[in-house]
Amino acid sequence: MVASRAIGSLGRSHAFRIFRCRGCICRNFTASSALLTRTHINYGVKGDVAVVRFNSPNSKVNTLNKEVQSEFLDVMNEIWANDQIRSAVLISSKPGCFVAGADINMLASCTTPQEATRLSQNGQRMFEKLEKSTKPVVAAISGSCLGGGLELAISCQYRIAIKDRKTVLGVPEVLLGLLPGAGGTQRLPKMVGVPAAFDMMLTGRNIRADRAKKMGLIDQLVDPLGPGIKPPEERTIEYLEEVAITFAKGLADKKISLKRNKGLMEKLTSYAMTIPFVRQQIYKTVEEKVRKQTKGLYPAPLKIIDVVKTGLEQGDDSGYLAESQKFGELAMTRESKALMGLYHGQVLCKKNNFGVPQKNVKHLAVLGAGLMGAGIAQVSVDKGLTTLLKDTTVAGLSRGQQQVFKGLNDKVKKKALTSFERDSIFSNLIGQLDYQGFEKADMVIEAVFEDLSIKHKVLKEVEAVIPEHCIFASNTSALPINQIAAVSKRPEKVIGMHYFSPVDKMQLLEIITTEKTSKDTTASAVAVGLKQGKVIIVVKDGPGFYTTRCLAPMMSEVMRILQEGVNPKKLDTLTTGFGFPVGAATLADEVGVDVAQHVSEDLGKAFGDRFGGGTVELLKQMVSKGFLGRKSGKGFYIYQEGSKNKSLNSDMDSILASLKLPAKPEVSSDEDIQYRVVTRFVNEAVLCLQEGILATPAEGDIGAVFGLGFPPCLGGPFRFVDLFGAQKVVDRLRKYEAVYGKQFTPCQLLLDHANNSSKKFYQ
Amino acid sequence: MTSILTYTFKNLSATSKWALRSSVRHLSCSSQLQAAPAAQTKSKKTLAKPNLRNIVVVDGVRIPFLLSGTSYKDLMPHDLARAALSGLLHRTNVPKDVVDYIIFGTVIQEVKTSNVAREAALGAGFSDKTPAHTVTMACISSNQAMTTAVGLIASGQCDVVVAGGVELMSDVPIRHSRQMRKMMLDLNKAKTLGQRLSLLSKFRLNFLSPELPAVAEFSTSETMGHSADRLAAAFAVSRLEQDEYALRSHNLAKKAQEEGLLSDVVPFKVPGKDTVSKDNGIRPSSLEQMAKLKPAFIKPHGTVTAANSSFLTDGASAMLIMAEDKALAMGYKPKAYLRDFIYVSQDPKDQLLLGPTYATPKVLEKAGLTMSDIDAFEFHEAFSGQILANFKAMDSDWFAQNYMGRKTKVGSPPLEKFNMWGGSLSLGHPFGATGCRLVMAAANRLRKDGGQYALVAACAAGGQGHAMIVETYPK
Repeated sequence: MVASRAIGSLGRSHAFRIFRCRGCICRNFTASSALLTRTHINYGVKGDVAVVRFNSPNSKVNTLNKEVQSEFLDVMNEIWANDQIRSAVLISSKPGCFVAGADINMLASCTTPQEATRLSQNGQRMFEKLEKSTKPVVAAISGSCLGGGLELAISCQYRIAIKDRKTVLGVPEVLLGLLPGAGGTQRLPKMVGVPAAFDMMLTGRNIRADRAKKMGLIDQLVDPLGPGIKPPEERTIEYLEEVAITFAKGLADKKISLKRNKGLMEKLTSYAMTIPFVRQQIYKTVEEKVRKQTKGLYPAPLKIIDVVKTGLEQGDDSGYLAESQKFGELAMTRESKALMGLYHGQVLCKKNNFGVPQKNVKHLAVLGAGLMGAGIAQVSVDKGLTTLLKDTTVAGLSRGQQQVFKGLNDKVKKKALTSFERDSIFSNLIGQLDYQGFEKADMVIEAVFEDLSIKHKVLKEVEAVIPEHCIFASNTSALPINQIAAVSKRPEKVIGMHYFSPVDKMQLLEIITTEKTSKDTTASAVAVGLKQGKVIIVVKDGPGFYTTRCLAPMMSEVMRILQEGVNPKKLDTLTTGFGFPVGAATLADEVGVDVAQHVSEDLGKAFGDRFGGGTVELLKQMVSKGFLGRKSGKGFYIYQEGSKNKSLNSDMDSILASLKLPAKPEVSSDEDIQYRVVTRFVNEAVLCLQEGILATPAEGDIGAVFGLGFPPCLGGPFRFVDLFGAQKVVDRLRKYEAVYGKQFTPCQLLLDHANNSSKKFYQ
Repeated sequence: MTSILTYTFKNLSATSKWALRSSVRHLSCSSQLQAAPAAQTKSKKTLAKPNLRNIVVVDGVRIPFLLSGTSYKDLMPHDLARAALSGLLHRTNVPKDVVDYIIFGTVIQEVKTSNVAREAALGAGFSDKTPAHTVTMACISSNQAMTTAVGLIASGQCDVVVAGGVELMSDVPIRHSRQMRKMMLDLNKAKTLGQRLSLLSKFRLNFLSPELPAVAEFSTSETMGHSADRLAAAFAVSRLEQDEYALRSHNLAKKAQEEGLLSDVVPFKVPGKDTVSKDNGIRPSSLEQMAKLKPAFIKPHGTVTAANSSFLTDGASAMLIMAEDKALAMGYKPKAYLRDFIYVSQDPKDQLLLGPTYATPKVLEKAGLTMSDIDAFEFHEAFSGQILANFKAMDSDWFAQNYMGRKTKVGSPPLEKFNMWGGSLSLGHPFGATGCRLVMAAANRLRKDGGQYALVAACAAGGQGHAMIVETYPK
């Protein structure tokens, strides 16, 4: 492979410049001998342009690990030393990935802030050399260019990117509780302006190439190519390289100016930024916004603002120093460890550990065009699955179809889809009231009303019409799958697929297997879920499975707290203050009070007193008054179409008053209220692992964070126990147990961890 | 001219032994052409099919194709179509009442004359008893008109059909915005002054921004030139190759014009202006001049420029198609048979302009011919890059296997038989009228050079394509 590539470049340069032929050959030979010693990076010379290619072996992505960094420096030093080379192009040989960022494992192995700071400084030095290169360097970007990858690109003199959906640029470090530590915080504000740079660094959002061009993040766009003399992806990269080479030559010959034409708005903003007062105002507003949103739970965003400020106010040297120091500090924080743990967990839950299913699901059928059913249909049709959406009434069906259409159309408005793509995706959806076409279905997902007898009825109806191989999946949040499967003729094909609402936004899919579910059925369900873009946890069957089971005791505690007289707004503030993205009372409204009532009744029966706390009566009365939450416009709050501000539902006062419980002052401080809610959740999660409902703590953390909104800064219940200390959690539980009894009794596994401090869920 | 030689030479040296052999075969083939009647070397003597009527082109004409905004700019589309029809009547002397049906192709419709075929036929003095309809299929609209005629005759519904096409790019329908249109329509319905005023109060200034006819592909929002540039890049067609090909087209067109070979052109006395008798877009330049142009679509690194693309053109064409028996009974000496044809379609994004690549092998197989049986190729030249990309695609086993579901490539047409009298790049390309020009050029070239079969092919917006075999009528 390597040899052939060397020959390829040889042949080409031969054709280009005959008079330089001899030099070419020698140079290529020396280059190729160097190639053999490098594993991640190689380079060839075309004319007087060096083409540096990133291609880490046995990996889908290129990351900037230590080896890559040292090889890169080597290569660049050779290029800078070679008089015949006048410019360089950096490109990846992997379609879909330029450089996806720094290597996270490299950070994880750091034990002190100083070590992490050194990593940052190494990166800074490398990119500084690149920035000061006397020979122009062009970054040719195809695919993800993230974190360290983007910092590499913005250190180059020129950037060219492929204009496709795969090519995204961004600095997602903040999502890992870090900051861009290789010069990003210093270069980005200069490149795209302070407001845009803050936006990028504080949200970590991915920016598509065309947008990046408008922002001034890249200089030139190249359109992706279709099939030609080679497969599209291969030829597109080759074309990108050809274009980049012409630009590199142009830059070396000073035919292309590095100056960008700024628009009027841009000129105005950059002028405004020269006024110290304006800068201070910007820092202030951004900081306020960040404080409001993070509630002080995430240290990274504030540090980012700080570092940017230092660079702008005190000059580059201080800026780079601050960047590396703060980077080191952040890398050692609990929050960063929790977020990185989540990242790893997410990668893990994006894999199918059950093998390749025998039959690829191509035709999907969804029963019930309600919020869930239509949501499932939406995430299926846009992945190319032909989907039958069946409901019992025309009105229900058209509501569901409209939901799917609206979901797609919103993407058109955001320019994530073209109207043509929307139409052709929408044609994958077939709405119907009967079972026509079910004989071709490979999988049926039912999302009918949560009632065992209805589930039994549809299961029997469906089994009468579907083919032998077809899988029956039930989207239920609490009904045990084995009870649903009890009436099935082929329980090995029955599985639970618990989606979360709204399906197109929530990333989690909880797959539930019974004793009888076959491995192939599970493999197939996971494959479908992955296709739908979900993060998947696979759990064992049982009342409430994992997610609902953890949520129920927590909600029960929430009800008790409300009954004890805590105002719903205050409760929301307390829970969001702990890191929950949605307040506990609001969560009940979002889930639906009727659903919450169902669940708490069902699970109350299954688990008895342990799930007690608040009384179900509260939910019952709310349902009877029609306070179903957001869907009915009233719950704990009053919801109005188009208005974001919600006010408390004053009619709730009488209900709450009638069910009032005496508050226990010894466990009713703000902190206690927070911990009462969280520890019940955590205790139940650990119990799920103890009982084997969960296979791994990682799945437990992913499920809790992505499905239930467990505070991401805590990394999930298991990470929380590890970082907070099992003993401290047990202490808390014991304190509340003394007041409320066995609802707070810590489970055995948690006690084991408390008794042996070397025991960790994550080693 | 030398540049073209170097181009072919480069191609030869670049391709494999196979190409060498084939070119040798072409050479021997053409030498045989001169020595002996061509028909003997063919794999098939004629493409007549048992139990199917032979369909012939009696003759065809076109008014000169002019750059948009020149002499035709004040006319309407049906005026051009009328001129072509009158020219056809004059050329063939066909009695008007013999014509059973008239079909015209057009792309950008003038709203006032949406069935331009009927308006033109009435104005050209055809019998008002002769029905007419208009078809549209982007750049292969008049091909569709011709093949519709073939279908009507083959099925015995008609004996004599006039097919043609027209395009007037000097004027295009520019509409009010949708909001403005909606308001105007609602105003029509409003009954009281109050209703009217409340409607008018919703007026916003941006309602006045006009809506231009789309130049972009509806499904992909990409302009054709942009797609052509990407196509050229996908097949690694260089700017120089494209400029060389465009120059060849202009040079050949110039030569054909000077030698009087473009006999399908009929003069047109433009009302209020002089008589137009020549295409006015043929402008041979030099490679140096062409190299100076900036890319027109993908800036700054694209390769498609104004000089290597076909230009906006006004024009119309018409042709008289008959059942062979009918033509002979009427004492005509037809020019050619219309034989097998095919329509293809593919991905409108990345393969928008590859119609000829897909259509060529299919139509050859249908007719039982091979590439070497073809004596004249007439392909629609939308862009130099498009033609050269099609050549490369046709010459690629990899492409044939991975995208066309074929075992081997069909091979690219030999340049010495290809568009020898110029093409759309130089003669112009009035969208709706080009198909008939291609067929008449093919028929006339076969008659002039003594060949038997010609292959006509074209690409069209929407990712569609067409190919047809034209067989010369025995002398």
